[in-house]
Amino acid sequence: MLKYLTPLALFSVMAVFLALGLNLNPRDIPSPLIDKPAPDFSLPVLGQPGRMLTKHALIGDVWILNVWASWCGSCRVEHPLFNQLAKKKLVTLVGLNYKDDPKDAKQWLAQLGNPYAISVMDLEGRTGLDYGVYGVPESFVVDKKGIIRYKHTGPVEPNDMKDILIPLIKKLQAESE
Amino acid sequence: MKIIFFLALSFYSLNCFSGVEYKKFDTPQQEESYKILIEELRCLVCQNQTIADSNAELAQDLRRQVYEMLQQGKSKDEIAEFMTDRYGDFVLYNPPFKAKTGLLWLGPVVFLVIGLVVMFFVSRAKKSNKNIKLPNEKLEQKAKIKNLLNNEDEK
Repeated sequence: MLKYLTPLALFSVMAVFLALGLNLNPRDIPSPLIDKPAPDFSLPVLGQPGRMLTKHALIGDVWILNVWASWCGSCRVEHPLFNQLAKKKLVTLVGLNYKDDPKDAKQWLAQLGNPYAISVMDLEGRTGLDYGVYGVPESFVVDKKGIIRYKHTGPVEPNDMKDILIPLIKKLQAESE
Repeated sequence: MKIIFFLALSFYSLNCFSGVEYKKFDTPQQEESYKILIEELRCLVCQNQTIADSNAELAQDLRRQVYEMLQQGKSKDEIAEFMTDRYGDFVLYNPPFKAKTGLLWLGPVVFLVIGLVVMFFVSRAKKSNKNIKLPNEKLEQKAKIKNLLNNEDEK
């Protein structure tokens, strides 16, 4: 009996590992920044020459840092979802316009709608590097104390928005400063 | 036709050349550290390439970051820490031994041990097979066969 069960057991173990491996997304790299303070930045605001935005101006708000660029195809996919989210006025949306031409960026927003309370320009990608950005779009949910609580890599899908982001935002809004 | 084909293929391969970046270093040690670091850091966009191999924009940014930090007099460990603080252990081709990476490091040893144990039992089972006592019936058959074979030889 053992003779027949052993290969079956071995096969099952292997199958479980392979199945797990198949279902993992190799692009999903766990961010070491979760539950750590959002890295500081001081960046020029898109469309408002001379104005700078720092992280400290956002303390006390729950905000989402959405990394986007006009050259990024999948940003178009998630963009309508952020437009909808902006209408709900649940959260401050901050755009990190990553390595983009400001002219193209402005045109992109004019064309597709601008859900962001404010967008800052990271022309050289240095702030992106501090946030561990490796694939645009990426979204970081930051709580009132300025701590990163969640990171989404790649375009946000409707069920990510409904099942993860919105419940998390509501929970964070209920937390004290 | 052959020439056109050859040209087409050689132009295609031009894509594979990575751009040569000129970097000036103050000391040979710095240059050495730079070369070692860019071979040890993973490009997160192209995952199976180091940032030395990859020409992706992110790899260029990471190389620039490594270069600038070396210029500021940062050590190799400080730079590796800077990268793991932002991108996690995955950015290192040679990840540290931790609870999280334990399976990665010990996995091969575990499989080796399992293999040796299985081999030991299999070879022992084979040995004991030879000493198995055959029932009388079989012994008679064996003797008969031997007899027949011997007779065959004599003919």
